[in-house]
Amino acid sequence: MAGTGKAHLRPAGEALLRVEDLVVEFRIGRTGLKVNAVSGISFDVLPGETLGIVGESGCGKSTTGRAVMQLPRATSGSVVFDGRELTTLDKEEMREVRTKVQMIFQDPISSLNPRRKVRDIVMEPLLIWKRGSKQEQGEAVDKVLEEVGIDPQRAAESLPHQFSGGQCQRISIARSLVLEPQLIICDEPVSALDVSVQAQVINLLEDLKKAHGLTLIFIAHDLAVVKNISDRVAVMYLGKICEIGPSEGLYGRPAHPYTKVLLDSIPIPDPDVETRKVAVEGEPPSPVNPPSGCRFNPRCPNASDRCRTEEPIMREIDPGHFVACHHPLFGGEAPVTVRSA
Amino acid sequence: MNSSTPDRNEFEPLIETVNLKTHFRTPRGVARAVDGVSIQIRRGQSIGVVGESGSGKTVLSRSIMGLLPRNGVIREGSVRYGGEEIGNRTPKQMRSIWGREMAMIFQDPMTSLNPVMKVGRQVTESLRLHLGMSSSEAMAVAEKIFRDVRIPEPTRRLNQYPHELSGGMRQRVMIAIALACGPNMLFADEPTTALDVTVQAQILDLLAEQIRDRNMSMLLVTHNLGVVAGYTDEIAVMYGGKVVERAPTKTLFQNVKMPYTEALLQSIPRLNQPSHSRLAMIPGRPPDLVDPPAGCRFASRCAYVRELCRHEEPPLVQAETPDHTFACHFPVGSPEYHERRVELTRASGTTAGVS
Repeated sequence: MAGTGKAHLRPAGEALLRVEDLVVEFRIGRTGLKVNAVSGISFDVLPGETLGIVGESGCGKSTTGRAVMQLPRATSGSVVFDGRELTTLDKEEMREVRTKVQMIFQDPISSLNPRRKVRDIVMEPLLIWKRGSKQEQGEAVDKVLEEVGIDPQRAAESLPHQFSGGQCQRISIARSLVLEPQLIICDEPVSALDVSVQAQVINLLEDLKKAHGLTLIFIAHDLAVVKNISDRVAVMYLGKICEIGPSEGLYGRPAHPYTKVLLDSIPIPDPDVETRKVAVEGEPPSPVNPPSGCRFNPRCPNASDRCRTEEPIMREIDPGHFVACHHPLFGGEAPVTVRSA
Repeated sequence: MNSSTPDRNEFEPLIETVNLKTHFRTPRGVARAVDGVSIQIRRGQSIGVVGESGSGKTVLSRSIMGLLPRNGVIREGSVRYGGEEIGNRTPKQMRSIWGREMAMIFQDPMTSLNPVMKVGRQVTESLRLHLGMSSSEAMAVAEKIFRDVRIPEPTRRLNQYPHELSGGMRQRVMIAIALACGPNMLFADEPTTALDVTVQAQILDLLAEQIRDRNMSMLLVTHNLGVVAGYTDEIAVMYGGKVVERAPTKTLFQNVKMPYTEALLQSIPRLNQPSHSRLAMIPGRPPDLVDPPAGCRFASRCAYVRELCRHEEPPLVQAETPDHTFACHFPVGSPEYHERRVELTRASGTTAGVS
């Protein structure tokens, strides 16, 4: 996983968002140690596309989403949105970009101000940016509330705690939509919800995406949810991308041993499916001191000496399907490169 | 390791509740969290309790084990363990049962372990208290149990504090504590929800193996139907404080009767579905337990609802499949169900339908 390389990037002009060599490090106090949260990843998202990012906790998927928003700024690397480099923008310019790139968070209740009326929460972005007249603002808010299935009348009278978790997530979505963004980054938007409500929110996101021509980045740890909503999926492990490809291809024929392990670990809601024995031992190592070579090598069933020393590079093994692995499950061994990690 | 094993009769349930009710006094009124649940668990059986948040699944397991707050609780009905009534016991009287006869594994291993006590001592505590072992005896047993739950380097780990361990390791320590005194009955309340999917599979396999090796019974509380499918013999589906369907795991998945269970199964995104397939959803939200609706509690969200459902509460009845009960006037497969299904398919056309 080490996944360096950018073979999987599409022509720069086509992408709405293009992230290259993104590195995010956090210093730990004064210890001199640092957490390598994201270690040089590249990806792009085309207009109207949904990119899913999956991985276990600590793999850097949320940090990646936040780094696109420059919250906080990446340690190095480039983030180009709609032809504009975001990493060099000043605070004021970045504020303006954030009207076009919005974010939805995991815990819908704590991301809404508990002391404000729901309608005011959704209205606030319009007030800050002074969009339209008072009447137009009111109309826009009511329209978007209705779109997400919240009664505007009730929203005008009620505080967030008077709504359920699923409804609060709808309110967060309404708030992110009201400025008519181009890209929405969803960070585990359904993980805190019951399955029945989760389905409501996923269906809603799909409808809104169509209606507003949105582009989505959908970050989650639930592989089935990600498959359902995404056109393309990136699998992350310890701050690197291991595999990226169209969801059908990636799930149907995973090439990276880690992707296979993840898929095999999901409990299947069908008692007739033989429960498989655990495909991998142990847990992801600490991102403070990641393994050399391929970062998955200590847990990988196929690891060789080469994996311990040389970082694999992204290469295409099926149309649009890329993997960073020396010994993928199909597509043959990676050619020996002169350059080593 | 069991001193007072209550297995007088193989066929007598290990745990039996009869019309168990646990209600909480809240500022808004009395919340009927568990509202008349009768359930039996046999020796060696694993039963899964599934439902949405607020369905009463966690309160049910805590009520059986006697882990409820002292104030503001109204409880009724009976809980029998090995034929003996334990529902009215005080916490002091329950002490002889906790740890030794019944143990519980909680969702969040970080907050349920004592952060300022070495994990070894947290395991030996109950061995010394309940089984009267000496400190060195208990340590030896703890080390063996650590090995059983596959904690690497058990000797070193015994001397560590919870914060020095990863999430998966902490959950193994919790399991070790629960297993230490050789209980007959294990309650596991969302034991893997806080863990990553690769670690979840490891922990579930470990639990299944320990249950089998020690011939324990388990009540597994979870919202994840994937987890119950692979790891339980029977499933009880809870809704609004009641059990609405109960069946052997295979039967439930093949011959679901209650429209709520069916809707729950259909709302899970599955790996074998193509991307962007429309998910079936259950409209609305679970009932208010302070003021539950008359009739069937699922009525307002049910696609197959009829007038009768809103007035008359359906009783739990036997299905044609063995050991299968459900509470529904117009179950999946009934003529009324089919009639409504045809109407729904016609109305929705091809866009919003599920299957």
